[in-house]
Amino acid sequence: MTADPVETATRTRYDADTLAALTADATAIMERYPNPRSGLLPMLHLVQSIDGYVSRDGILFCAEMLGITAAEVSAVATFYTQYKRHPNGTYTVGVCTNTLCAVMGGDAIFDELSEHLGVGHDETTDDGAITLERVECNAACDYAPVVMVNWEFFDNQTPETATALADKLRLGEDVAPTRGAASVCSFKQMSRVLAGFNDGRADEDAGTGEPTLAGLRIARERGWTAPDGPDSEPDRRGETITGEPGSSAERRPTTPSDTQVGKDKKPGEDAK
Amino acid sequence: MTLTPVLTDTWDKDRSWRLATYERAGGYAGLKKALKTEPADLVQAVKDSGLRGRGGAGFPTGMKWGFLPPPDGGPRYLVVNADESEPGTCKDIPLMLASPQHLIEGVAITSYAIGCDHAFIYVRGEVLHVYRRLLNAVEEAYKAGYLGKNILGSGYNLDVTVHAGAGAYICGEETALLDSLEGLRGQPRLKPPFPAVAGLYARPTVVNNVESIASVPAIVAKGADWFSSMGTEKSQGHGLFSLSGHVTRPGQYEAPLGITLRELLDLAGGVRQGHELKFWTPGGSSTPIFTAEHLDVPLDYESVGAAGSMLGTRALQIFDETVCVVRAVSRWTDFYAHESCGKCTPCREGTYWLKQVLHRIEAGEGQDSDLDLLLDLCDNILGRAFCALGDGATSPITSSVQLFREEYQAHIDGHGCPFDPSASALFAYTPKTRTPGALAGAGAGGH
Ligand SMILES: Cc1cc2nc3c(=O)[nH]c(=O)nc-3n(C[C@H](O)[C@H](O)[C@H](O)COP(=O)(O)O)c2cc1C
Ligand code: SF4
Ligand code: FES
Repeated sequence: MTADPVETATRTRYDADTLAALTADATAIMERYPNPRSGLLPMLHLVQSIDGYVSRDGILFCAEMLGITAAEVSAVATFYTQYKRHPNGTYTVGVCTNTLCAVMGGDAIFDELSEHLGVGHDETTDDGAITLERVECNAACDYAPVVMVNWEFFDNQTPETATALADKLRLGEDVAPTRGAASVCSFKQMSRVLAGFNDGRADEDAGTGEPTLAGLRIARERGWTAPDGPDSEPDRRGETITGEPGSSAERRPTTPSDTQVGKDKKPGEDAK
Repeated sequence: MTLTPVLTDTWDKDRSWRLATYERAGGYAGLKKALKTEPADLVQAVKDSGLRGRGGAGFPTGMKWGFLPPPDGGPRYLVVNADESEPGTCKDIPLMLASPQHLIEGVAITSYAIGCDHAFIYVRGEVLHVYRRLLNAVEEAYKAGYLGKNILGSGYNLDVTVHAGAGAYICGEETALLDSLEGLRGQPRLKPPFPAVAGLYARPTVVNNVESIASVPAIVAKGADWFSSMGTEKSQGHGLFSLSGHVTRPGQYEAPLGITLRELLDLAGGVRQGHELKFWTPGGSSTPIFTAEHLDVPLDYESVGAAGSMLGTRALQIFDETVCVVRAVSRWTDFYAHESCGKCTPCREGTYWLKQVLHRIEAGEGQDSDLDLLLDLCDNILGRAFCALGDGATSPITSSVQLFREEYQAHIDGHGCPFDPSASALFAYTPKTRTPGALAGAGAGGH
């Protein structure tokens, strides 16, 4: 980058207002890091929040901000699957077809959606509403089969729920994930968050799913806790006191560990 | 063995992700204690606790911190690996959604212990609400004085930046992650030098998994002995075990290391009603598969290793008898081929060939020589690839050919897959296609 103000030196075709806003945001991004180049990934998300994909102008803009070549920016942008080379739909609908989700029904969901929408992997519906994708494991396997809409979780899907979801998206209706915010935002809004600009929606909560709590529920029912530490703070966490209904003292033995003393059991392993 | 909720303990609270909730449950006691402790003593405490990396490799965490060279006045960094993308692994994401402050407190303590004043959390870009929760958690912690300047009056300063990736499994590999965080293509670096010596911006850097770092506050608050009172002699402490697939109650089960799948399945209501266990992964798709024979293997680093696999990320993917092992392994192989970063030939070319051969076996076009060809290809990747992604790609193949050779052979002899793909699904449907030709898109357009 030269010493000229970006406005006069730019090769991008952004209008003055857009460019000024982009420049301010990109500057804020670069300030987060000891080395401004670290800002490239968030900056590419920022570009997508304006253009809906990594456009030619977006590439030039990043290059100008960081003082690197457009080729260097392109090399990075093409490496990562979330950076789109074509204008993305308002919603990315990603069906997990990695092994676990696939066999649990993900393949069927993808096939059904693909037929229903008339598009294949990484293609966008004519109305520009939906870009359909096969996605890799999204760390929600305990909720398989999983569909992601603009990277919010839609857990335990079926072909019927997924097509109904897609229909709503095409009609422009609000949809709510099963875990996440109260509603799904647009691809551009999402991209702005991924650029590191908090949209203030963290407190929205579609609920903590049962699988997330599966082990904890059992521990609560049976009065199981981790051992107490010697110098821990007063423990306000255990909600069941030994001898009360639901505690292990009252519970009938149900698992082998209730009746057998494990040979290598250590003190404190059975908490109560 | 009983479950031991530590990291999960606040997840059922109202607005569990809020700082106030975490504080009410005793949160930040660890940081308060840490700031009155010598950094070197904190490193020692984590060494004594026996905590080993929860990101897959199981390297002792305290020892890793101890590898940093003595301070030279320049910056040192902590980078938290929140890229969670290993197929089957689904523990860090629910942790960060439900209780991000566990991680933030761990970041503050660890940074103080290693002399870092700017820490980074690299979270995969495909989890929008998790990123929101992390941004929010960091803001809350700054406001409460747990981050920023002169933390709790101690004179210690720390900034935390939460950084979103953009979709690339390889960025979970620690050196690829560092390149990605520097704004480059995420490709692994030659080691040595290890990140401890030359990491982020070529400065001494600790890279740790989310769960490793989130485990630190309780170790500091309750002591190393408390932590090591759980688990086995060499695999100490608690860990998140993630059950998924054909199991009645999939989900997160936090237990001492050394619990068995039999015990976990017992808690989770067993394998899907009316079905039986066929095969499972102990630690994600990169760990050799197990069968019902391994139900009683203690899930600790040593025992799983001795039984021929790896504890990995404790990602227990359960597959019942309706699942075709060739379909499962072929799909994982698509994944590795798609995610291969292309830096080294054995992995870039090898995963491509593995995928081609598996596709044709699955489609009923396999030849008798294909099984040996697969094993031979694996042989040429394992140990020759530049990073562990290539090695991991061979694990499901070699282990499944060993355990289910007849099933592969049946695809070749019968010129097709003997399984009904809909039988493994959780709902009834009529398959539209049965050939892997339909899968062509999955691996296309990679890096
Ligand atoms: C291909 C590949 C992907 C990986 N993905 C992750 C990941 O998503 N999260 C993680 O913590 N570690 C991952 N790792 C392991 C890291 O390289 C590193 O060992 C780990 O972050 C160290 O943290 P720990 O010692 O706390 O486990 C991956 C390794 C490889 C080879
Ligand atoms: S093994 Fe694969 S992922 Fe690792 S460096 Fe080689 S090509 Fe890249
Ligand atoms: S396999 Fe689909 S979320 Fe993990």
